[in-house]
Amino acid sequence: MTLLLEAAAITKSYAGVQALKGVSFQLRAGEVHALVGENGAGKSTLIKIMTGAVTADSGVLTIAGQVVTDHSPAFSRSLGIAAVYQQPALFADLTVAENIAIALEGGSLWRKVNWRTRVEQARELLERAGSQIHPERLVATLSMPEQQIVEIAKAIGAKAKILILDEPTASLESHEVESLFRVIASLRERGVGIIYISHRLEEIASIADRVTVLRDGHTVDTRDRGEIDRAELIRMMVGREVSAIFPKRQVPIGDVVLETRGLCCRSNGIADVSISVKSGEILGLAGLVGSGRTQLAETLFGLHPANTGEILLRGQRVRIQSPDQAIAAKIGYVPEDRRQHGVVLEMPIASNTCMASLGAVSRNWMIDGAKERDLARGFVEQLRIKTPSIYAPTGSLSGGNQQKVALARWLAIRPAVLILDEPTQGVDVGSKAEIHGIMMDLAEQGVAIIMISSELPEILGMSDRIAVMHAGRVAGVLSREEATQPRILSLALGEAAA
Amino acid sequence: MSRHRRELALVIAIAAIAVVLGAVAPGFFTLNNLRDLVMANMPVLIVALGMTLVILTGQIDISVGSVFAICSVAAGVFAKAGMPTPVAGLAAALVGTAFGALNGALVAYVQIPSIVVTLAVMVALRDGLRWATEGAWVQDLPASFQWFGASQLVSEGVTMLFAAALSALAAWGLRHLAVGRAVYATGSNEGAARLAGIDPKRVVFWVLAVTGGLTGCAALFNSVRFNQIPSNAGVGMEMQVIAAVIVGGTSVNGGKGTIAGTLLGVVLLGMIGPALTFLGISAYWEKAIQGGIILAAVAIDAFSARSGRYAGSLAAHRA
Repeated sequence: MTLLLEAAAITKSYAGVQALKGVSFQLRAGEVHALVGENGAGKSTLIKIMTGAVTADSGVLTIAGQVVTDHSPAFSRSLGIAAVYQQPALFADLTVAENIAIALEGGSLWRKVNWRTRVEQARELLERAGSQIHPERLVATLSMPEQQIVEIAKAIGAKAKILILDEPTASLESHEVESLFRVIASLRERGVGIIYISHRLEEIASIADRVTVLRDGHTVDTRDRGEIDRAELIRMMVGREVSAIFPKRQVPIGDVVLETRGLCCRSNGIADVSISVKSGEILGLAGLVGSGRTQLAETLFGLHPANTGEILLRGQRVRIQSPDQAIAAKIGYVPEDRRQHGVVLEMPIASNTCMASLGAVSRNWMIDGAKERDLARGFVEQLRIKTPSIYAPTGSLSGGNQQKVALARWLAIRPAVLILDEPTQGVDVGSKAEIHGIMMDLAEQGVAIIMISSELPEILGMSDRIAVMHAGRVAGVLSREEATQPRILSLALGEAAA
Repeated sequence: MSRHRRELALVIAIAAIAVVLGAVAPGFFTLNNLRDLVMANMPVLIVALGMTLVILTGQIDISVGSVFAICSVAAGVFAKAGMPTPVAGLAAALVGTAFGALNGALVAYVQIPSIVVTLAVMVALRDGLRWATEGAWVQDLPASFQWFGASQLVSEGVTMLFAAALSALAAWGLRHLAVGRAVYATGSNEGAARLAGIDPKRVVFWVLAVTGGLTGCAALFNSVRFNQIPSNAGVGMEMQVIAAVIVGGTSVNGGKGTIAGTLLGVVLLGMIGPALTFLGISAYWEKAIQGGIILAAVAIDAFSARSGRYAGSLAAHRA
């Protein structure tokens, strides 16, 4: 069978983090080749290298028998590679036909447009993609699955030989998935090679011819569909020991501090969430990207207030409709994207530290400079934030120290509940250990901690209990003793009982 | 200190112009000329205090010129209706606050971009006023109106004290009040401000409302200097005010700037025109030079932003 694409020993690192450590992958004509792996296994990076969005540090990429050295998105298109991402990249204010034409029509900028052929061509391509979408509809009026169909129509029109589908079914209903699968099957018959990325193992079982598993930037193995069952697939995805040492220690666990009962937030896609966290306890919130972990945190913090369900604080029902109500209820939230939301980079460390507790450092609306200074100095010392001065701009610190400033802001409110969203993402190993140490100190002081993390070793190493989310719901809650990587992963993947 | 680089640069620029004027046209420094200069720029200064807050939150208000005109006419009409001058002034300030609050509500709660809202208000008020007054000036003002019924000296003294007090209050408040911190936080990073329990919408509403109120005050202090009130007052004022704030170092992206910078910006731009006259250069150059100063200020900001990027580590970028 002809080989359409071959990647051999590909490596890639970003800012010192090794994303790919030697990945090999082959795609044959007329096969659906599934690419699976945990968050951070390297799937997206591999795709970006294939499409020319980023360049590999080393390794050989061969496309259609040609060794590609100087890759770019335009070059990858000319070689017949098309990619459809989870979030379609279409122009919302143009029609479907125009969107397709932009990708396919060539010629001078001043050429005359033949609207009739443009619309006809779009209609035909959409039909081949198995859809009846009217070519003159505005993309803004299309649903997410319809937009994906338009992307696939573009790929068909470009006569793509290699089609990359990145989580194409994440937002689809089951009947839409079926029609997508029919399209994929017909493309396969025509000899198109399809790279199919998905977290849904049952889909892989029904559509893929071969499966390649990535883990921590390595290719674990490539198997034919018939040779492998789910259990083994999951084992291959996680098969990794908890190598890092976590400073987990036994601290007294008290009463339930925060509890939710059937919490729903429609705008945020979370449904029927019932969890609880006790004082001194670390509740790990696991799940794949997009499973609703951050959304749950935002609902608890009042950024997207719940529609139905209850939030109880020490057994008392509370209404949390805005962040300042959450702060008044002593709930702190260190958000995922530190640079976007965690700290104000331009502001000095002192101002950032006091930002959520301005009331505590001021009297009659007036900020007490001495109090502010003492508070900031105290946290710089306690959290060992490395800075020349508490008046240095927060943006001048390293990532780990910025994260500590973000943490200090919430410690300043003396929280009863602290929600940490990816607290160690993008921080160096040393700061990571320090942040874990701080978490243990807080637990010891009786703070109830909810920790969201995509890193399973961190979840397993730090949590007393683990709630696993899938599609906006809690798929299961595991105790520290029951929790293993495969059990968490199978809950996160939506497999029934673990 | 590098934090006050812009203020220092402005002081040097102002001093340089003053030295040239002192050497070539010492007549510039007569008490009367300086007093005229200060009084002529007082309205711009008072409005610029509010504009600094607005731009600090990342918004803009180009309706101040039209609001200024409405408030000027309103002050005159109220005075003619028999209100004592202080009451008429207060009423004018309230009119300004009301229009500012309208801007604020549309920007903060209806979520229309501030440039669109204030452009619409600017045009609507300007032409509404022209229609209502049919272009006529407010004349036959009561004797108690001009100079607040006191002497010119007293009136000007009151105006200067008022402006100085407002400036000091704004500068102090931005530094030492919790709401000042909220203004900077909103302009720097609205998302982070919201997560810290600050309500950015409320902040934006109030800075626009306050700017309206300050514009009303400025209109009153300007109107009492004359014995009639033009219905086309304040044309182009928004540009003078915004220019002064930007030259003063306030970032148009919000989150960065000081009242001291704004004061210096008003002084620098305000002295260009008269300086040209004293130097015997055609006054037509005034706008060109002001434009050049604005461009230079913005260009300096752009360059220093580029070279001063944070050296913080990149977030690890993973698949």
